[in-house]
Amino acid sequence: METIKLTIDNKVIEVAKGTTILKAAKGAGIHIPSLCYLHLHDLNIENKPAGCRICVVEVQGRRNLAPACVTDCAEGMVVNTHNIRVLNSRKTVLELILSDHPTDCLICAKNGNCELQTMAQEFGIRKLHYEGEQSTYREDTSPAIIRDVDKCIMCRRCEMMCNDVQTVGVLSAVNRGFMSVVAPAFERNLDHSECTYCGQCVAVCPTGALTEVDHTNAVIRALADPSKTVVVQTAPAVRVALGEEFGLEAGTIVTGKLAAALRRLGFNFVFDTDFAADLTIMEEGTELLDRLTRHLNGDKDVPLPILTSCCPGWVNFFEHQFPEMMDIPSTARSPQQMFGAIAKTYFAEKIGIKREDMVVVSIMPCLAKKFECQRDEFSTNGNPDVDFSISTRELAHLIKQSNINFNELPEEDFDHPMGESTGAAVIFGTTGGVIEAAVRTAYEVQTGKKLQKVDFEELRGMEYIRQATIDFDGLPINIGIAHGLGNARKLLQDIKDGKSKFHAIEIMACPGGCIGGGGQPLHHGDSSIIKARQKAIYLEDAGKTIRKSHENPYIAKLYEEFLGKPMSEKAHHLLHTHYFDKSNDTVIE
Amino acid sequence: MATIKLSANKLDELKAVCKSFNNEKGELINVLHKAQGIFGYLPAEVQEVIAKELNISVAHVYGVVTFYSFFTMLPKGEHPVSICLGTACYVRGAEKVIDEFKRLLHVNVGETTPDGKFSLACLRCVGACGLAPVVLVGDKVYGRVSPEGVKDIVAEYAK
Repeated sequence: METIKLTIDNKVIEVAKGTTILKAAKGAGIHIPSLCYLHLHDLNIENKPAGCRICVVEVQGRRNLAPACVTDCAEGMVVNTHNIRVLNSRKTVLELILSDHPTDCLICAKNGNCELQTMAQEFGIRKLHYEGEQSTYREDTSPAIIRDVDKCIMCRRCEMMCNDVQTVGVLSAVNRGFMSVVAPAFERNLDHSECTYCGQCVAVCPTGALTEVDHTNAVIRALADPSKTVVVQTAPAVRVALGEEFGLEAGTIVTGKLAAALRRLGFNFVFDTDFAADLTIMEEGTELLDRLTRHLNGDKDVPLPILTSCCPGWVNFFEHQFPEMMDIPSTARSPQQMFGAIAKTYFAEKIGIKREDMVVVSIMPCLAKKFECQRDEFSTNGNPDVDFSISTRELAHLIKQSNINFNELPEEDFDHPMGESTGAAVIFGTTGGVIEAAVRTAYEVQTGKKLQKVDFEELRGMEYIRQATIDFDGLPINIGIAHGLGNARKLLQDIKDGKSKFHAIEIMACPGGCIGGGGQPLHHGDSSIIKARQKAIYLEDAGKTIRKSHENPYIAKLYEEFLGKPMSEKAHHLLHTHYFDKSNDTVIE
Repeated sequence: MATIKLSANKLDELKAVCKSFNNEKGELINVLHKAQGIFGYLPAEVQEVIAKELNISVAHVYGVVTFYSFFTMLPKGEHPVSICLGTACYVRGAEKVIDEFKRLLHVNVGETTPDGKFSLACLRCVGACGLAPVVLVGDKVYGRVSPEGVKDIVAEYAK
């Protein structure tokens, strides 16, 4: 490897040829500030449009200041990252950005969590010297995401996520100069675009331009209503991320404290989406085996591979982009919706209340879940199975508002019966987890043998597209995994072209899976946080006594008392769904 | 989502344009240029087709259309009027000429009269600074136009 020697802030350092000044400085422990630059190292995602000009540095012998994010190091280069010329320039740029930015920080959704605000604080900006017109644009509220482009600083991170990583292609810079905004085609609102609500744009937005629709007040109102029984479910990825909002290290498992906090918030029943994840495996696993058996027996009408359907961002994606393949994904509803359907039937009956008197709240690492629970097909007579879905971030706000000292809480358990879950359910929170959980159950059901080892290391990791062949006692099953919708698109294209060799494929819309979801505590560009959450997920799984979904005693009881068997008529009615073609139609007059 | 409504031969013509550029993403601006030649403007439906043919997002196509002032999403009039706002024309009173067109045609810059006869646009230097201020109607160039002369130009086409 060819290396280069240069000096940054009087420090001589050696880096590989082609390294940018910003990365070289970072390696030497020098943090050069930036607003548009984003590098999620572990996920191989980089945004460097060199738009914000905050990262400028002085390079000796060069007339202009150089943007560190896109300037490569050269042999003998002498760089100064913080002399007065650099500082003045940075401050001017920052003030210019602020001159076209609302100063309503106190009531902004990103207050305290905004990179622009933090930078203004660090730079000690106390007065704006540039007064002039501010660009204004209408606010766009969709079922999951709010766009307030008055707060946009044109860093283009959202665009990069939407186009390059997710290949959804909803967002683009439109118009010109002072009038330019990031918007969907024809400046439609998000709910009239192909947006999947994956929320990856929100996850990387440095300001309050992209935020989630906040339902915390609706939850507070439901909790205060004595006529309502309020049931809460919490997704697997929440328990390995929520701690970050309370200053705990990334990857801290807070399952017990989470249950305790939810109880103190006043939820009548503190349940777990993991219970429904086990149920998902029963249904999806059975469907997989059924399709597999029929396909292998020569039934040409049964398509393979089967694709997982737990991820609502992914469901939105294929409804818009691959409507001709809607018969391939499993018909199993997502765990959130299975939970809601069972809570408002089986459990409501059990405790003797009407579904109208029950409010189901879900805590999700996800913004697409907000859209999913509002889908018409998931309600009965206008009463939704899941009333409100709030993000990990919203829950943290709720806990803080309610004067609960989270870190001092005791470890508590979830309530029965819908709080019982297995290790297989926990790993739903990471890429590779759903299919590993499915394999654990499908193997034992298919072969009738006990698994010696439930850990399938070959299915784990952070690589975007992974594949493994699992030996089902002589029957090799080819498994594919993709996370990030751009990678899902590649596997789908292979299926379309008849090149796919897989029997089953797991797809998660967000890079990393739910641990990297759009509703999680903000990582601010540090992808090691997502890795730490993944580690915690597998740790939580390993610590569980029961690690296979079909061994969950409460799931067995649910089938015995209520559903009959997997894929029964009742199970079909409550736990399965159908998809809709949402693509464009070309009508020729 | 939008329903695309284009006549079949126009759609074929548009697809042929994309094909003539090998459906290359990088040829977007050229494709848009030709498409505007066919349709006179670039309605949403046309942009949707181009996006599909070139395998890029509609948002991206729209971004390019809204970036360049040459591209328009509004149909142009039968007689497109363009007033040069280059430096020479500007200092010799082009703005007053625009105002007179606006007053007579009852439209703003970028708009088309309800009868579809005239549309009003501004452009930058046409290289005829000696004739400033310059007005173009279609391909015909009018030089040294005064506000008083505007009504004669309009009358020429209003028949």
